[in-house]
Order: sequence, then structure tokens, then C-alpha cells
Amino acid sequence: MLKFTEDHEWLSTEDGITTVGITAHATEQLGDLVFVELPETGAKFSKGDAAAVVESVKAASDVYAPLDGEIVEVNDAITADPSIVNSDPRGAGWFFKMKLNNPDDLTELLDEAAYTASLD
Amino acid sequence: MTATDDLLKTPLTDLHVERGGKLVAFAGYSMPVQFPDGVLKEHLHTRAQAGLFDVSHMGQVTLRARSGRFEDAALALERLVPVDILGLKQGRQRYALFTSPDGGILDDLMVANRGDHLFLVVNAACKAADIAHLKANLSDDCVVEELTDRALIALQGPAAESALAALAPEVAAMKFMDLHPVEILGADCFVSRSGYTGEDGYEISVPADRAVELAESLLANEAVRPIGLGARDSLRLEAGLCLYGNDIGPDTTPIAAALTWAIQKVRRSGGDRAGGFPGADVILTEFETGAPRRRVGLSPEGRAPVRAGALLYASEAAADPIGEVTSGGFGPTVEAPVAMGYVAADMAEPGVTVHADVRGKRLPVRVAALPFVSPRYKRG
Repeated sequence: MLKFTEDHEWLSTEDGITTVGITAHATEQLGDLVFVELPETGAKFSKGDAAAVVESVKAASDVYAPLDGEIVEVNDAITADPSIVNSDPRGAGWFFKMKLNNPDDLTELLDEAAYTASLD
Repeated sequence: MTATDDLLKTPLTDLHVERGGKLVAFAGYSMPVQFPDGVLKEHLHTRAQAGLFDVSHMGQVTLRARSGRFEDAALALERLVPVDILGLKQGRQRYALFTSPDGGILDDLMVANRGDHLFLVVNAACKAADIAHLKANLSDDCVVEELTDRALIALQGPAAESALAALAPEVAAMKFMDLHPVEILGADCFVSRSGYTGEDGYEISVPADRAVELAESLLANEAVRPIGLGARDSLRLEAGLCLYGNDIGPDTTPIAAALTWAIQKVRRSGGDRAGGFPGADVILTEFETGAPRRRVGLSPEGRAPVRAGALLYASEAAADPIGEVTSGGFGPTVEAPVAMGYVAADMAEPGVTVHADVRGKRLPVRVAALPFVSPRYKRG
């Protein structure tokens, strides 16, 4: 099941690995992305740490680690072509995969209905 | 999104909302930062076809000599700008700078000779101060009047000529920096062949109550799209044009800002009307000695944009900065990050590599010749 943060990240967990991206709402707010900086594989983050950077023509924004954990894989395709994040934010435009310190923390996050409601 | 109540509106604000513009506060006005196309597409559209920009927030000011003679108004204004105003021919416009007693820049502006008077266009954020400055210094000789009943529309890009000529054929014959009175849709406009994107195009001063009709007529042309402040900023940056408050200001002299071309020979040492403007001693000395730092183009070597405020260092390990980025972002036309900033004079040559601090990392940045995109003005 997809989970969401109030900072507009989505999380999808399968076989103990959590994939993280930014929501379509976030990409609409940011506009066309021209640069993405991803974390190193093996980097450890606490919830709320700046883990990645996205830049549009106008401005730079941080993407936060949604929960405590370690980066196990990053999506180099979006570094090469940041527009993938705009065109397919929930699919090919994923940012990184994490091994969470405490998978139970996922229950703290929003479900899709609650996230959608938070946008109003 | 709608305009916030305490912000000023332009005659085109409602049209921007209707067209899906995302409005933000800018210099006290509610202005569109982008339309549904987004900054990237708006930028590229302006370079390929034509963009329509609302620049009504800028100040439009007339300066008339009490004697009624153009020459007296021109000589009066020359007391405040290091620019040849007397030599400006009727129907011609020129870039100018208000300077301070210590040689800094108080604002940049456009000045046109409209026959019996001067017509000035000044920055929105500076207009109240500019008008006060003009009145305080020139009122004995001139009447200074802000034209509050006019809008200003910029039409920029290679299709600007055909789009505007469809409404007023005579604009096709105008050359870069001409400013002519033109009747458009029955409204008394004054049109200059100028702009701030590096593209050919026009700025149209139109009576406020006719502005929506003119904008809609231009937007009915499929080559013309509405463009927001976001693309205006990336276009002018690629064109190497200074943004007042970022790239130039009270702490930058015209020499440091690489705007020496704006000071004609007649106002420099040895010229017929040398000096006589605020800060002349500092500025004319710097003509001889050079400024300690200079505005340059900056090409980041990687893909990461280097933004305003990033400090520049001579090397990866150097302790003290040798300069600072004043404008930076991604250049959609050059498809790479572009920036401008100030570096120590001995590092101001194109090809020199400096290092910018971006989020704690030192990224290599090459000093580059400006502009990043060659202008396509119709010089005739």
C-alpha cells in the first residue's frame, strides 16, 4: 500500500525495501525539473533529513528522508533526465530505495485518502 | 490562485487569472510568475515564437523642461545619469543608470526622446525613489510626471514583428531602440523596438483602459503565448542582462558591473560634457584604473544550477571567497546551468575556472563571455 508524507513524498514497500518518490502534486508545484541530486548508496538518514535535491528552472528544493533508514539503491535515470520525474512521478520517476530501521514506522504516515485530503 | 488584496494590480491582472497565471507578490504588485505552460516551455516559446509579458508594474515617467525645450530637459537629466541624453535623436531610446554620489547604481532605466520631452521607464521596485530623486534634483527646471494611466506590454521573440505588424504595419520598419507613437486598435500607444530578453521585440505603452483589448488581440495570434516572471528572469539571464537588486545596485559601480558601454564618450574624461553626474569622480577614475571586481558570466561545469548568493572561491580549498553569484539558474535555451556574478578583477577573464560553494560542495565554474545566447535585435 502506498504511504505519503506531509512533505509530498510517496513510499511503496515490498519485500522489506521501501521505494521513495515525490507526488504528482509536488511536481506540479515545482514545475519542470532540470536537475536532481541523489544520495549515495549506503548513506544513512534520519526522518526529516535532506536526502535529495530537486531543481526547477527557478528554484532548488530538498527531498526529505521520510523515515529513518539506509539508502540501498538510487534511480540514476532521473539524474540523467530529470523530466522523468515530471512525466511519471509515481513510476519511472522514483528517487531512492531505503531499508527502514523500523518498518513499523510506516503506520505513522498518511494513506492516500488522508494525503489527498491534506492538499485541500 | 487570486491576487492578494494588499497587492497592487495592473490593468492585465484579471486577464492573467483568466489565463491560469500563478500570481505572486513582486515589487508590491500581484504578478504572474508562470502560466500553465510552465517556465521551461514559456522560455523556449519566447525564443522560438513570441511571448507576451505584462510589465505594467514598471514606472512610466515624463520629464518636460519648464522652458519647453527638449535640450533643457536632456541637460537636466544628464545631471543624474552618466549617459549622453542631449545626443539622443527624436524617436530614439537609450539605456541609462541613475548613479549615487559614491558611484553606485541607484536604478537602471530606459530614456527616450519624444520630441519635446523625455520618456523614462524605470524599475517597479525603484520607481517611487526614482521619481522623488528626479523631483528633488530637477524640479527647478523640469516637470516630472508619472503616467499612472498607462499599461506596458512587452512582446518578445522572432514572431513579435509579424504579430504586432498585423495590428500596426508601420512597426515592421522600426529598428532596435526606435520609439514611435503608433495608433493600435484606435488607441494612442508608444511603441519601442526593445525589450529585455535578448530577442527582437517591442514594448508597448498603451492607455490602461485599452490594455486588455490589445493583449487579447495579440494573444489571439497563435504564435503569441502569455509569459510570466519566471521565464522573463531566465531569458534575461541567458541574454546577460542585469537585474536591478541582484546583479547591480548601490554597491556596484557601472565599471564593476561591466556597463561601461552605457557611458558614452561625451560623458567620459576628455568628452565635451565629461562628468557632472553623481559619483563622477569615482566612476571616471575607475575608467582609468579598473574596478577591483567585475561582473562576469559563469558557466557551471556540471549540471547543477548555481544560484544567487553562492560564494565563489579561487580553488577547491581556498579559505576566502573571491566573489559571489548574483543571478543563477538553468538556461533552457543553452540547456545548461548559467549564472552571473562578481569576481576579483584578476579572475575576470573568460576561461578562468573558479569554484562555487553549492550546499557545502565546491563545484567548478568557468568564467564565460556574456551573453550566453546571442541577441537577435533588428539593428537595421
